[in-house]
Amino acid sequence: MSSPTSTPGRRKRNRDDIPATPKSTAKGSDDGLVSPPSQRRRGQDSSNGDLPAMPTSPGTDIASPAVHDTSLFSSPPQLYSLEVDMSSPLMYGTPSSRVEGTPRSGVGGTPARQRPDLGSIRKAPQVDLHSDADGAVASEQALGQKLVIWGTDVNVGTCKEKFQRFLQRFIDPASNEDENAGLDLNEPLYMQKLEEISVVGEPVLNVNCSHVQSFDADLYRQLISYPQEVIPTFDMAVNELFFERFPDSILEHQIQVRPYNALKTRNMRSLNPEDIDQMITISGMVIRTSQLIPEMQEAFFQCQVCAFFTRVEVDRGRIAEPAVCRNCNTIHSLALIHNRSAFSDKQMIKVQESPDDMPAGQTPHTTIVYAHNDLVDKVQPGDRINITGELLPLFPPNITMVIMAKQFYFCFIRPEDISPKSKVFVPMCSCIYRAVPMRENPRQSNVKSVYKTHIDVIHFRKTDEKRLHGLDEDSDQKLFTEERVQILKELASKPDVYDRLSSALAPSIYEHEDIKKGILLQLFGGTRKDFSQTGRGNFRAEVNILLCGDPGTSKSQLLQYVFNLVPRGQYTSGKGSSAVGLTAYVMKDPETKQLVLQTGALVLSDNGICCIDEFDKMSDSTRSVLHEVMEQQTLSIAKAGIICQLNARTSVLAAANPVESQWNPKKTTIENIQLPHTLLSRFDLIFLMLDPQDEAYDRRLAHHLVALYYQSEEQIEEEFLDMAVLKDYIAYARTYINPRLNEEASQALIEAYVDMRKIGSGRGMVSAYPRQLESLIRLAEAHAKVRFSDKVETIDVEEAKRLHREALKQSATDPRTGFVDISILTTGMSATARKRKEEVARALKKMIQSKGKTPAMKYQQLFDDLRGQSEAAITKDMFEEALRALADEDYLTVTGKTVRLL
Amino acid sequence: MPSSHDWINKPLGVVEAMFAQSNSNPEWEAKVLEYFKGQLKEKESHSWVPSLNDVPLHYLKPNSLVKFRCLVQDMFDPEFYMGVYETVDPSTKANVLRCGKYKDVTECGVDLNSRNTVTAERQTFYCVPIPGESPWAKESYGCSSQARVVPSTSYVPSRQKRSYEEDDDMDTQPQKQREPHTEPHGNGDSKRQETEAPSSQTTAPSDCSSHLDLNFPLPGERGPACLVKVYEGLDSFKLNDTLEIYGILSVNPVLTVLGEEKDPSLLLLNPTESMETPEEQRAHDPPASLVPRLHMLYARPLQHNNPLLPSAPTEDQSAFVSSFLVEMASVRAELLAYLTHVLLGDGLAAEYLLLHLISNVYTRRDVLPLGKFTLNLSGCPLNSYTERLYQIVQQLVPCSYRLSMSLHTMNSMRLVPKKDYVANRLVSGALQLARNTSLFLDETQLEQGQLDSSGVRNITALGNLISWQKVDYDFSYHQMEFPCNINVLVTSEGRSLLPSDCQVPLQPQVTPPNMEEYLTTIHMAQFTSQINKFRVYLSLARTLDYSISDEVTKAVEDDFVDMRKDDPQSVTAEDLHRMLVVARLLSLSLGQTTLSRDGWMRAKHIDMLRRSRTEQQKSLNGNEP
Repeated sequence: MSSPTSTPGRRKRNRDDIPATPKSTAKGSDDGLVSPPSQRRRGQDSSNGDLPAMPTSPGTDIASPAVHDTSLFSSPPQLYSLEVDMSSPLMYGTPSSRVEGTPRSGVGGTPARQRPDLGSIRKAPQVDLHSDADGAVASEQALGQKLVIWGTDVNVGTCKEKFQRFLQRFIDPASNEDENAGLDLNEPLYMQKLEEISVVGEPVLNVNCSHVQSFDADLYRQLISYPQEVIPTFDMAVNELFFERFPDSILEHQIQVRPYNALKTRNMRSLNPEDIDQMITISGMVIRTSQLIPEMQEAFFQCQVCAFFTRVEVDRGRIAEPAVCRNCNTIHSLALIHNRSAFSDKQMIKVQESPDDMPAGQTPHTTIVYAHNDLVDKVQPGDRINITGELLPLFPPNITMVIMAKQFYFCFIRPEDISPKSKVFVPMCSCIYRAVPMRENPRQSNVKSVYKTHIDVIHFRKTDEKRLHGLDEDSDQKLFTEERVQILKELASKPDVYDRLSSALAPSIYEHEDIKKGILLQLFGGTRKDFSQTGRGNFRAEVNILLCGDPGTSKSQLLQYVFNLVPRGQYTSGKGSSAVGLTAYVMKDPETKQLVLQTGALVLSDNGICCIDEFDKMSDSTRSVLHEVMEQQTLSIAKAGIICQLNARTSVLAAANPVESQWNPKKTTIENIQLPHTLLSRFDLIFLMLDPQDEAYDRRLAHHLVALYYQSEEQIEEEFLDMAVLKDYIAYARTYINPRLNEEASQALIEAYVDMRKIGSGRGMVSAYPRQLESLIRLAEAHAKVRFSDKVETIDVEEAKRLHREALKQSATDPRTGFVDISILTTGMSATARKRKEEVARALKKMIQSKGKTPAMKYQQLFDDLRGQSEAAITKDMFEEALRALADEDYLTVTGKTVRLL
Repeated sequence: MPSSHDWINKPLGVVEAMFAQSNSNPEWEAKVLEYFKGQLKEKESHSWVPSLNDVPLHYLKPNSLVKFRCLVQDMFDPEFYMGVYETVDPSTKANVLRCGKYKDVTECGVDLNSRNTVTAERQTFYCVPIPGESPWAKESYGCSSQARVVPSTSYVPSRQKRSYEEDDDMDTQPQKQREPHTEPHGNGDSKRQETEAPSSQTTAPSDCSSHLDLNFPLPGERGPACLVKVYEGLDSFKLNDTLEIYGILSVNPVLTVLGEEKDPSLLLLNPTESMETPEEQRAHDPPASLVPRLHMLYARPLQHNNPLLPSAPTEDQSAFVSSFLVEMASVRAELLAYLTHVLLGDGLAAEYLLLHLISNVYTRRDVLPLGKFTLNLSGCPLNSYTERLYQIVQQLVPCSYRLSMSLHTMNSMRLVPKKDYVANRLVSGALQLARNTSLFLDETQLEQGQLDSSGVRNITALGNLISWQKVDYDFSYHQMEFPCNINVLVTSEGRSLLPSDCQVPLQPQVTPPNMEEYLTTIHMAQFTSQINKFRVYLSLARTLDYSISDEVTKAVEDDFVDMRKDDPQSVTAEDLHRMLVVARLLSLSLGQTTLSRDGWMRAKHIDMLRRSRTEQQKSLNGNEP
């Protein structure tokens, strides 16, 4: 680019008409590359003439009648009010656009705020596309249409109009973003938002880029490609609109537009050189934030000789130091007064690729992000965020140092040295604070050829915040391509899809078909139902499963598989986890002294599956936190000043070993695993994984294992579904399919439930509780999801019934009678055992009564007597239980070793 | 004569010539790669390239082609650089297009505003020499190299003028120095040998590296670390890959100067600089004299790290394999005899040790790694027997590491790599090992006492490694799973506290009065050629293909069913898993690529023997779980 001094008269930014010394400025630096003479009148053309003059921000310019002097070109003074830069979006919102003296209200009255997030605002001139001499004589209107910002195809006027039209007309009836809650979906969305701004007074308008795209694809393209130019235009448009509508409202500063959700959302890995200067949205996890960095926006210079002062705007991190004092014409007399300069906040944030979208076997990438002004301190390490911003390159700092050392004492750089496109970043703060002269390094004639890049943030969107507190879950909706959906649907239409999927699950684990089916249904989950209106809150949709059985029956392997399959899985071991590790704990940040809530495995696996191995080895206190999670699906925390309820809509897949390390078939499930039945009843399915010890099984097992060892990769793939397909299938079903019960199915469920109760009642046992009915419903819904069906039909209920029965048969069978008895799970004692207990107590009472009037008896003797009398063997436990039962009846009391009658 | 090869001495000249010819046609990049690949394909040509592993850095010419045998320890963020840029000649004012590829530093007078500037992307890998490489492997690689190195101080003028004899002298000198090392494998102080091994020349650079943490996975490692700039095929590389990289060496002092000039107080205040903390600077821009830059032209993944085997999968490799297969059985017998001696006359343990040494995770079925064979040798005699045993294993395998599981090391050592977000790098841990490294866990060193939380984590990590062959790297906000393929051998007194695929209680047949002497004599008795045969055998047996015919499958199934029939408790699915692995390894160890009935019966037999021995042990001790 040519030197900016070649285009005098291009810029004029205040009404001072102090004679100018032709001198270059930062502003002018980029001009004149191509601008023909006709350009000089551009100001009149492109702006609508009645744009009010820009006011100064209060407190900055009041004392300085003659301050704005950076461009001292000899443009005629009468042009000033319609000056080019006044209307150019590029000037909009920068200090130079401030003009004094307008009352504070309306666009003019509200101070503009700098947008350092747009970084190096490219103050490029507008270019007439057909730039020739005719341009000067063309009518204003015609010319206005043709003008575009240099280097782009953006025409300010059209762009502004388009955006205003978008704001006024855009309606999104299908919107389900939580941000739009409470807005009327049939009214123009953004007008309502503007109204909100006028009420709330927070001058930030978040604009969803996909809305822009659906409204005007061309505008969207411009926004993505030239964010530095288009966003200021949007700012201008929205402010005009806003103050037209709410002329009386007073805002802290002018409204800033923050676009988000650019469809070009990409992961960090795919950023490439073509993305430089474009608007992008990336997602990632914050790993480090820097302290606040003050960044100079406007430098204040004072003449040492005559005390005349002037302000210089910082342009792309550079300050054009005025060499000559305009007042007294002394050379090099101006000194920087840093405490009268204007600074803005800036923060460096390091963002790392989120673990979900990383190829296996590579390390995550990190990107540097700069947040400005109110976006500072919005995020903290550990947050997962979506960032909309622009990717900017930075040359290695060294290069600028070289130039600095050559030209100046400090790092004030004459703009001629660096062209505007190079975006050289000068570390000016250090120089301003410390005035360290740069040593020139004679060896350093070469430079490193590496650019540093960073992203300037325009908008942050935390992705995990919703997950913890919000209700909807489509923030992480996976997008499927058409073909993928087609493949999945094809798969779903196969009649044996259920069996196919279940056999694809952990193919290395042999058989246990029903268990795999159970886990498959768990992966799909039921339909979420909301009964909060009727006071019951949310209904659990997650299916909980407990696997128990002999050691070495690949329970852990199954858990590992599930953990690897689901995107939000957590794997913990009962031994190694504490209640705190499972739920959440409050931590004090050592630096900020702020209390921070750290979430544990259960909360992290919200909408996922929490796999807990060695469930039996968990301490009781740890297990007790599961009660709330497994039924209410929430976690309440009240500690260290934080009281909250977190969502933990997690399915629990637990594995437990029997107490005696080997399953004792003569004992009930409860006795074998020694878990509180309150917890057990919260599991929808409890499977036993036992060694079946049967020849046919052995043969199949052997075949399976040997095949595992000799089959090649391709053969395996032929036989089973790809894990990726399975993953997608589940994700698709979970997001898009919400089956509801149809009439027949509800009838079938009712019948099933009644049947279950009937089985028990016949023998004086109750074999089903409402909780089991809920389980049945969930399972049936999950099965319908497997079929991609929106209706729960009778077949689903049948399968749910079958699975439930299978699981029951295995775990709730009374070892003494061989019948299914659900009360084992609900009271921890089978009906026969209860009956037996009563019998012993009766016998004991009878015996004591037969002894006649003996007010006190020896404990041991009584026990021996009872054993002598009874036919069946009576253990000490049973005896004690009987005594306790009698004591409860107020028949006797036990004190030490004596038993007294009452 | 290799010295006449410009493509080794001045590769940048070749690149630039191609660039100049291309007229900014982007195809030139592919042409460059093809050219170098072609050159390296030529017979023997790759041995002319000097290797960073065995030539000290100051002997190498900057901007020459070098090779580096290494492990990818960390992957840094991609960076954008000036792929093509324009310079202005100050005298003629003419603009010249230049190529920035394969270079760290641009020429003077870059026209930053030129429209011809092309920004391109590359990535930096932090590579370290393969951790735990045995001294014999290093030596052998060093000897096979035909590269001539000259002290770099004189590289500019007199290269051609040097007399041939002198040249030759330079070449043979290192070999002569090494010779004393090659022989005395068992002379009692191979501990010292180990530290000295990377040839006396390399000590110079590694001495000054002491103040800079070069991030080697294993403590006490030496050798150059390298920042490798990768231009093509970024996705094909993975962390912990072992590669032989051919690239252009860059040790431009500018790189160092840039790194050092920063005053830390300035850094704090300086907004641009604050993008990188001093720690990060140090990690990412270490002085080039210590961590040279290497611009990759060609990388060959190493299937194995055994210098005695032909490296590339070419025709001569298959010829080599087929010629060796004939010998296989006899070598096996010799090795078995040798190991039996080493294991104090216990033939069964020797058999198992042999199987363990050729084991290899050959595939994964969802989460299950297949082919791993962790061996637990229990009942090892105390008093430095395990140390000796390790030295013998080290002589046999190309990569190995002995982790002495003392309470102190378990509590203090970092086993799992951890991401350091301040320095923005992956801090290495002892479990970041190359594939097929032998990890020797010495549990006899463990004493009673308390494990603290990091100790527990370390033990868990070892357990995970053994059962799933994976290491969960610590990324502080989350963990990331990296699969690995490490042969773990646990020596212990009783049964190990770590899981293992197979436990063999050692039953010494001889009790030599002086263990040290006994083992030393066994060791001395082996000729180098013999040992070399063992080394080839072990590496080769691992790479063979293997299959099971349908017929044998059927037999195995029947067998299993029969075994279960008699006593379902005694044989479980786990046992079948193990026996299948044993059968596989047994067949491979004999050079058979399919499982025969005999092979299966043999596997069953030795497993029975082993089981009866463990049971014996159980009843003997009574209280053992």
